Amino acid sequence: MLKGRVFNFGDNISTDHIVPGRLAHLRSNLPELAKHVLEDADPSFATRVKKGDFIVAGNNFGLGSSREHAPLVIKMAGISAILVKSAARIFFRNAINLGLPMLVCDTDKICDGDKLEVDLDQGIINDLTNGNQLPFKKIPKAMLAILEEGGLMPYIKKHGEFNL
Amino acid sequence: MGKTLAEKILSQKSQIGVCAGDIVIANIDLAFVQDTTGPLMVREFEVAGFKSLAYKERTILFLDHAAPSPNSQLSNDHILLRNFAHKKGSRLSEVGEGVCHQIVAESLAKPGDIIIGADSHTVTAGGLGAFATGMGSSDVAVTFALGKTWLRVPESIKVMVDGKLPIGVYAKDIILHLIGLIGADGATYQSLEFGGSTFDTMSVPGRLTIANMAIEAGAKVGLFAADEVTRSYLVDQKRGNDYIPLEPDSDASYIKTIKIDASRIEPTVAKPHTVDNTALATDLKGTKIQQVFIGTCTNGRLEDMAIVASILRGRKKHIDTRLIIAPASMEVLLQSIAFGYIKTFIEVGAIILPPGCAACLGLHQGVLGNGEACLSTANRNFKGRMGNPDAFIYLASPATAAATAITGEITDPREFL
Ligand code: SF4
Repeated sequence: MLKGRVFNFGDNISTDHIVPGRLAHLRSNLPELAKHVLEDADPSFATRVKKGDFIVAGNNFGLGSSREHAPLVIKMAGISAILVKSAARIFFRNAINLGLPMLVCDTDKICDGDKLEVDLDQGIINDLTNGNQLPFKKIPKAMLAILEEGGLMPYIKKHGEFNL
Repeated sequence: MGKTLAEKILSQKSQIGVCAGDIVIANIDLAFVQDTTGPLMVREFEVAGFKSLAYKERTILFLDHAAPSPNSQLSNDHILLRNFAHKKGSRLSEVGEGVCHQIVAESLAKPGDIIIGADSHTVTAGGLGAFATGMGSSDVAVTFALGKTWLRVPESIKVMVDGKLPIGVYAKDIILHLIGLIGADGATYQSLEFGGSTFDTMSVPGRLTIANMAIEAGAKVGLFAADEVTRSYLVDQKRGNDYIPLEPDSDASYIKTIKIDASRIEPTVAKPHTVDNTALATDLKGTKIQQVFIGTCTNGRLEDMAIVASILRGRKKHIDTRLIIAPASMEVLLQSIAFGYIKTFIEVGAIILPPGCAACLGLHQGVLGNGEACLSTANRNFKGRMGNPDAFIYLASPATAAATAITGEITDPREFL
């Protein structure tokens, strides 16, 4: 069971909002890069976010670059899951590869600051602030296999190759 | 049931007949990283305990995004990547050789290939009929070590473009028009497969421009059939033997078909800060532009340089507008010199940058100031993309860019043709 507060974002949050190209020189210094997470969407996010919190957003979250640093700094910030109406393909795959759950659901009814409980096994999101219960779409089987091992590297270490 | 291009390539490579929705484990013909995604790949490669590359010849590290490097951190990343290449025996494309996707198109991609790159614009090689798609550093690290990856066979959208493009309208206008039509997530996950009479005469560079931007509609790949046009491009690149014909089956099934009449497209511009925020160039007249940037994996090819030179020749750039031109590869630069384009550019007042990504992602060489507007031939205009979240990026064809450099405001290139 995941538990935390909501940081709400709109549609089309790009990988440039999350880790802009101008910070490419920090990519080999991840703790420093992580201080800038989502800077161009919400400059105060990095200082306010707490371990366990959720990012909630609209359509096409993570569009743009293939930079895996984007989900990586979100994970480093302590975010336990990203809840979106829809996700860009490469970002979605990268998040799962890092063991960061990305859940597709109708996020319209979730507000900034709400407290959520997410039950990954049951596929249910409980909004403790307004009492709503929301289902999320099943994670595709192949990706679930990777997520359940904690990400792609733990998966490959264990299986030695793809058994999807 | 017949197969789409995506289904055909993935069936051939996995040696089982697959349809949209299936998962395949496929051997990869080419895998690469560039200098901003490479260091994380090296880290993941080591974390996983991998020791060697599955196929050295099919593995490349490109130093193109920060080339030459603007600071010590990025220089150190280059050292890390050079060391990895030398120790593991992969190929290495050095600073100054050019943008990864252009070099892949010029020298490496073949019709029917599967190509994986840690860069979202890996889709570019779809212009040659390669199933080429972007992934993150972890996925590419695994492919480097195992020589394969897993892929879900995407559903396909057929984009039929018929008719003759009007004078002053180019491949870039077609793809901007399409993205304006379907939106920045209009093809998420899917394969965009292009066909129609307009492409019978469109050269491979134009097709590469269109495939390059498939990702801007969220697509996994942007695919063209491999035909006589493809063959003659490969012959020109001295790679005639790499040609195989490739086309979708006539009874392939698509989740939808989009029809576009090329003769009705006009010079199109994407306005800040999303690529689907499109307008006609003529309707943006009066929008002042402080910097024009011509280059990138979208429009930094010889054809683009030729169009720009033909518009700029004998004219002067506007006094309040900087004009920055970066040929996408060394080959493009050398040919642009041979044809006299570079001389023309310098005479009109342009700054020539070395082959590479240059100003595209805001690392160096053309970072925008607060409140400044840039008209760029690149593929992406997200907030902060060119190094400054307080700046504004417009995307357009090389012709629109050249016309805009002359007048200092967004200009329909037909005024100069
Ligand atoms: S030119 Fe721009 S879009 Fe193309 S690979 Fe380089 S940074 Fe990416």
